[in-house]
Amino acid sequence: MAEDGINSFMTGPDEKGRFGIFGGRFVSETLMPLILDLEAEYEKAKTDASFWAEMDDLWKHYVGRPSPLYFAPRLTEQLGGAKVYMKRDELNHTGAHKINNVLGQIILARRMGKTRIIAETGAGQHGVATATVCAKFGLECVVYMGAHDVERQAPNVFRMRLLGAKVVPVTSGRGTLKDAMNDALRDWVTNVRDTFYCIGTVAGPHPYPAMVRDFQSIIGKEVRWQLAEQEGEGRLPDVVVAAIGGGSNAMGLFYPFLDDPSVRIIGVEAGGKGVDDRMEHCASLTGGRPGVLHGNRTYLLQDADGQILEGFSISAGLDYPGIGPEHAWLHDTGRAEYVSITDAEALEAFQLCCKLEGIIPALEPSHALAHVMKLAPTLPKDQIIVMNMCGRGDKDIFTVAKHLGFDMKI
Amino acid sequence: MTRIDATFARLRAEGRKAFVSYIMGGDPDQATSLAVMKGLPAAGVDIIELGMPFTDPMADGPTIQLAGQRALEAGMTMDRVLDMVRDFRAGDATTPIVLMGYYNPIYSRGVDRFLAEATEAGIDGLIVVDLPPEEDDELCIPAQKAGINFIRLATPTTDDRRLPKVLQNTSGFVYYVSITGITGAAAAQATDVGPEVARIKAKTDLPVIVGFGITTPEAARAIASVADGCVVGSAIVKDIGAGKPVAEVLANVAALAKGAHSA
Repeated sequence: MAEDGINSFMTGPDEKGRFGIFGGRFVSETLMPLILDLEAEYEKAKTDASFWAEMDDLWKHYVGRPSPLYFAPRLTEQLGGAKVYMKRDELNHTGAHKINNVLGQIILARRMGKTRIIAETGAGQHGVATATVCAKFGLECVVYMGAHDVERQAPNVFRMRLLGAKVVPVTSGRGTLKDAMNDALRDWVTNVRDTFYCIGTVAGPHPYPAMVRDFQSIIGKEVRWQLAEQEGEGRLPDVVVAAIGGGSNAMGLFYPFLDDPSVRIIGVEAGGKGVDDRMEHCASLTGGRPGVLHGNRTYLLQDADGQILEGFSISAGLDYPGIGPEHAWLHDTGRAEYVSITDAEALEAFQLCCKLEGIIPALEPSHALAHVMKLAPTLPKDQIIVMNMCGRGDKDIFTVAKHLGFDMKI
Repeated sequence: MTRIDATFARLRAEGRKAFVSYIMGGDPDQATSLAVMKGLPAAGVDIIELGMPFTDPMADGPTIQLAGQRALEAGMTMDRVLDMVRDFRAGDATTPIVLMGYYNPIYSRGVDRFLAEATEAGIDGLIVVDLPPEEDDELCIPAQKAGINFIRLATPTTDDRRLPKVLQNTSGFVYYVSITGITGAAAAQATDVGPEVARIKAKTDLPVIVGFGITTPEAARAIASVADGCVVGSAIVKDIGAGKPVAEVLANVAALAKGAHSA
């Protein structure tokens, strides 16, 4: 697709790890040789058939891929417009899309001879996925998690511990996801020889944004052939919609469609209590501006002096003040649209999905679904929307109960 | 010749090692921080590193993290860091000042504007932890053009293959990070550091100063003896964080400086 001299949206990043001005390698010198090693190893693995054979085998027999592409008939009927399909990545082992990427990184870590895996986690889904794959391969696993999230997400903390991981509550800064990432980086800079940092989203220094995107792209690749199977050869979605915190499930769905100009691409950020209110949201693209944090340049929530602000969302998985650099670039080039959905709208979508489709979604994809609820009625009935149901809601029932005023204590 | 170059020329002529101290700008408040800063040269400090507070100091240990938080909570901004430098310069035209911190507050301000203001305020060098040589076009090259030294960190993971790249656009001095880790962590050993400094000095004429993990006058002496000088940060910041009076903070700085200068 040729627009403004851009022939393809799928060639990034460049050799400096940039998507336009975004991305890069903004890390301390101690880490620089490590990420160059990782880049070299990943480049080798990418074209190594045995690497992908191992991935495919585990995706199939351990994760349960391909995940179904499900036509949601009652939701479609209720909304009265475009047909709504759900990509059911919540049916993966461990209950979310996170494991798609973790498998790739852990196989890579094993190829590199690393014996100790560290990760950051917000809601705990990436932490659980990392702890799971480490248990499977007998690797030491340390997960950094904001102290506040450790309290909020007790079931996931217990899961990680059952799986043999050490969960470190992070009290530095304000004890949130971004502070967990800071502490993971501090661990990595200290334990450079044996440790592999398994990042959970399409952010961080190059090559992480591209590598995590590549591993998650299995989502969009499956959607392509699954939709053709159900709707006829060559039929592409008219719209793809996904929720965005750091943006890994969205990049995974979007990437295989970037060069199909007929496919409209929409990312949904967490609007919290509303993007107009003073900083009670996590909408980096709609409410932030470009800055440098955690190894990459991207849109960040920050004050006038360049100090990073805390995000706010009902969903702990979207609670990050940045966004993957490729999203920042897709936003600036106009290839993808980014909107925001408030907590209240996400809660409404959550309940509707439970009642109409018998699927309890996580709060993250509930944001995507809430936008589908706005969009579908405005589109003709022969159009197709695919939304990414990237996680299941078991982890969120306590939060939702609280917001609905339901007493869970028996 | 920058103030940094002039300082090293003088120290070389005197046959002395450099003592570099780090404090966080505005910790615990601007007035106290400025009082400490003004007392550093008389306490024996040859070069002052002034921290620019940042919410997310990925390379720093708890001591300097907390110092940054105290400064930000007391209302510290980049404007005020620059004001501190101007106030200091009004009474001291020779002691080099190196701003140390992270890129985002500089990027947010705009590199050109920042460099113009930094030059005008009397800043001599920059250490920006999250700008490796791969990102030299961002700030390193423009800073050198503006006459400000860009001081690079070399680390134990910087192998011989990579060292030339790290040294290429470095000026003023080379800051050797003595350990893999964060500030204020494990103690550096002179026996480990010596060969590393020699390895770097074989590739550059710039002075090599060693930092991270130096907390006592004895350690300052031991490390300075195998390099061109040493940096102490967390040990000083810890005193400030404990609320010690300025005179007591400076007395400890003087003891550390004496250690380094006796090397």
